[in-house]
Amino acid sequence: MAQAVPAEQKWWSGGRSPFNVEYGKLMMWYFLMSDAFTFGAFLISYGTIRFSSNSWPDPNEVFQSFPGLGSGYPLAFVSLMTFILIISSVTMVLAVQAGHAMDKKGVVKNLIWTIIGGLAFLSCQAWEWTHLFHEGAWWGRNPFVNMDGSQASTNFTNFFFTITGFHGFHVFSGVIINIIMLIMVLNNVFERRGHYLMIEKAGLYWHFVDLVWVFVFTCFYLI
Amino acid sequence: MDNYQEVTHVHEFDRAAGKKEVIRITVILSVITVIELGLGFWLISLESEFVRHLVKGAICIFMLAKAFYIVGYFMHLKHELRNMIMTIVVPLLLFVWFIIAFLADGSSYKNLKNTYDPYHKEQSQKKAEKPAHGSGEHEPEAKKKDAME
Repeated sequence: MAQAVPAEQKWWSGGRSPFNVEYGKLMMWYFLMSDAFTFGAFLISYGTIRFSSNSWPDPNEVFQSFPGLGSGYPLAFVSLMTFILIISSVTMVLAVQAGHAMDKKGVVKNLIWTIIGGLAFLSCQAWEWTHLFHEGAWWGRNPFVNMDGSQASTNFTNFFFTITGFHGFHVFSGVIINIIMLIMVLNNVFERRGHYLMIEKAGLYWHFVDLVWVFVFTCFYLI
Repeated sequence: MDNYQEVTHVHEFDRAAGKKEVIRITVILSVITVIELGLGFWLISLESEFVRHLVKGAICIFMLAKAFYIVGYFMHLKHELRNMIMTIVVPLLLFVWFIIAFLADGSSYKNLKNTYDPYHKEQSQKKAEKPAHGSGEHEPEAKKKDAME
């Protein structure tokens, strides 16, 4: 590993964390692992149903609208959403790094950018859901036909709204967590504590949200 | 008590190097995303079922590469101690079984149903009455079928 650890260091003799991380960060990792199984179960059930169907709606037919431009732009809007989330992940890393350097101003600036990115993503999703709703799509309703022209079941919309909804809820709670972090930074809580490790935990959660989107984006929009 | 005390080896932190790494990973992630989108656009006009599956497989590999960079660098997992990495990565290996088993099951269910339930197969091949969203290319065909029945 990149980190320098003395060769004779006895990690398991007690008195210190054998993983060299604080308790909260380790627990955040385990929580995210369990969350990964939840999302994995959702996506795999989606895949199972899709594999058991004779045909499936074409994502390029369903997701082809762009606000202000109308329809006929497959993949365009979702690319925008993907890049928004990637960039907000980048600003989050920068906030964590600023925290390591005890640079309060840097943390505040990058946290604000991350929150803006999160809100932008949520707005995009709200627009997309509204648009699809007005086209007649919702849980239990599917106006789109299959790729081969046959009548589609409601499986497609049910999975789409459930999984993107669950992801959107994660983004929403991530934004709330980041706002709480921002307030704590502005109140000098971490300055008094002597370290910004809490930002790191919030960062882990935020990156996880980005990570899940990588999978949702691929499974629903690309393939 | 603040359990920060338990951490004996604080990461040697060089901010300039850290920033450089972030920029490098951002560029990698963006390039992979652009490639994925390119493949996605290619899929729109692709006819051959075999090539379509190959492209979809390639997209999945790029997806895993992105996941690796996000978890390894942004979430910093690559720089943690090996034991800790293992406690997180090894349980996730369950997904290998999970994905293979369930997708194979779904596909087998489809084949069994098509073989033993002709009514289901016939129903699933019926063209929809409504034209496809956006383009109306399925419309004439659907009408013809309706007229015949």
